[in-house]
Amino acid sequence: MSQAAHNDPQPPVIMTPPHRSSRWKEWSGIIKRDKRPLVGIIILLIFILGAIFAPWLTPYSPSSTEFTPLAAPSWHHWLGTTSSGQDVWAQFLYGGRISLSVGFFAGFIATALAVILGMLPAYLGGWIDTVMATFTNIMLVIPGLPLLIVITAYVHQTGPVTIALVIGLTGWAWGARILRAQTLSLARRDFVIAARLAGETQWRVLIGEILPNMLSLVVANLVFATIAAILAEASLEFLGLGNPTVITWGTMLYWADAGQALLNGAWWWIVPPGLAIALVGLSLSLINFGVDQVSNPRLRLNKVKVPKSRKGASS
Amino acid sequence: MRFILRRLGFLLLSLWAAATINFVLPRLMPGNPAILMIGRFKGQISPQALHALELQFGVTHTPLWSQYLTYLNNLVHGQWGLSLTYYPVPVSKIIAESLPWTVGLVGVATVLSVFIGVMMGIWTAWHRGGKWDAILPTVSTFTAALPYFWLALILLYLLGYLWHWFPMAHAYSSSLTPSWSFAFISNMLYHAILPALTIIISSIGGWLLGMRNNMVQTLGEDYVLFGEARGLKSNRLMFQYAARNAILPSMTGFAMAIGFVVGGALLTEVVFSYPGLGYQLLAAVQNEDYPLMQGLFLIIAFSVLVANFLVELLYGKLDPRTRGGASH
Repeated sequence: MSQAAHNDPQPPVIMTPPHRSSRWKEWSGIIKRDKRPLVGIIILLIFILGAIFAPWLTPYSPSSTEFTPLAAPSWHHWLGTTSSGQDVWAQFLYGGRISLSVGFFAGFIATALAVILGMLPAYLGGWIDTVMATFTNIMLVIPGLPLLIVITAYVHQTGPVTIALVIGLTGWAWGARILRAQTLSLARRDFVIAARLAGETQWRVLIGEILPNMLSLVVANLVFATIAAILAEASLEFLGLGNPTVITWGTMLYWADAGQALLNGAWWWIVPPGLAIALVGLSLSLINFGVDQVSNPRLRLNKVKVPKSRKGASS
Repeated sequence: MRFILRRLGFLLLSLWAAATINFVLPRLMPGNPAILMIGRFKGQISPQALHALELQFGVTHTPLWSQYLTYLNNLVHGQWGLSLTYYPVPVSKIIAESLPWTVGLVGVATVLSVFIGVMMGIWTAWHRGGKWDAILPTVSTFTAALPYFWLALILLYLLGYLWHWFPMAHAYSSSLTPSWSFAFISNMLYHAILPALTIIISSIGGWLLGMRNNMVQTLGEDYVLFGEARGLKSNRLMFQYAARNAILPSMTGFAMAIGFVVGGALLTEVVFSYPGLGYQLLAAVQNEDYPLMQGLFLIIAFSVLVANFLVELLYGKLDPRTRGGASH
């Protein structure tokens, strides 16, 4: 049973550096074969840099209402103006700051909760696991957006921080379920049993042995939770449940809808924020293609041309 | 049988959880938000209705457990309170009017989306490494990231406002009265095309990607290789051997997927002023009509839970392993 452990003379502390470099090699190998994660990273970076360097990229303030209302895109206003005379390009750049921060913050909370609530009960087992697994399954099937709408309706004055917290606190169930399953499967593997027989404490086994082997799943979960959070935030703000005076991609769409952008033919007001949300989501999914290939080698692309393409699957 | 009972048990448990969330939320919030609402409606509604509201939202001195029991009892007996926006219309009546629109829209759109998405997933996995396998997963990654309401706005702008192909709003022309006539049904379907298209485009990518990945895994299994060595026709191999097994993991993801689709459909309804649950939910939130909001949340959650239950039963039928126990 514990053959692998016996054949491995190195203590885990020394094993870490080569392990890390092999992971890096794995990544560069995947990126060499598959350009999608790289494209994803580039798109995401463009949006992050645009948000950070907003003051250098536009001379206007996003809240200034001094311009001609509903002007089409021009040299002065790259993305035109809103019905109250704000510069859409400036709003687009500054709006990204809060939309992205809320998305990543909420995604982080959801993932942290998923790791704790998924791994810990699964490893401890017993009635805690049964209760938590049931609770996770219930949270999973209760539709998320309606729940968010109801919660934000009760919490008056919902700023970006509240929205991020609410999204993070309600969005952990899917990750917890996946990480629980993986913990259960890993806990029965030889190396974990070996570590336990060697007298490691439960915490060390959990954090030193099991968690590192699920890192790609955790990262995939972070990516996924962030996409969901950005979409959820935009949805809530579009419905007017956020703070409409804070400029984000979601509130831009709220004002565009309220300001009859459609009926005025002001496509330049509607297209950019939604496209930004979709492109950020796309970039994160593209990155996830890479993360998926780390955890599931069968999904890796290979350059070798096989006559019947299906055969590539077995490599 | 034991499988069905277990799933039924989970259904009841999750229904109870949804109901309890509804009870707990307003009481959990700092400075019960219902007090404000009740204050606003004082004098506009009858004293009995006011008292019922106070009981429903915990603005009372009766102990919590007795409030909870009363709440559950009312719920089970279909007494979901009166809507404040449409006072004194019962919440249940508004729900009965808007539920069919949402169920019809989401149901048809989801069935179409699952079917087309799964088929395309099978096809791209079968032709793995080909041209479409490069294009379709990437395109569907993009469509899956599209915000529903934004896609709805864009479709509305292009196909409704610019090109006048489809109506801009509502579920049927205001000149018609609902009936089972051909004129009304065709008008209704015509109005449903854009909202349904929004839901299909946004949700199809997830099914395609999920099915493709499962299918790629299944195609790598030995029994598929063995089937190929036996000289089975590729159609039989593709559907009877591989797809049948690959579809199972897709169905376990249904729970979360249907939640997303319903959430998206609610937003789509808002954009198209489609008179379903989502449209009513937003109106209720804007008017601070908490009884209606609670009722709508419950019925949305209930519908999703029941849909999930039905899919679980189907899953059990397709995959005998999940049934477990000594039933076979």
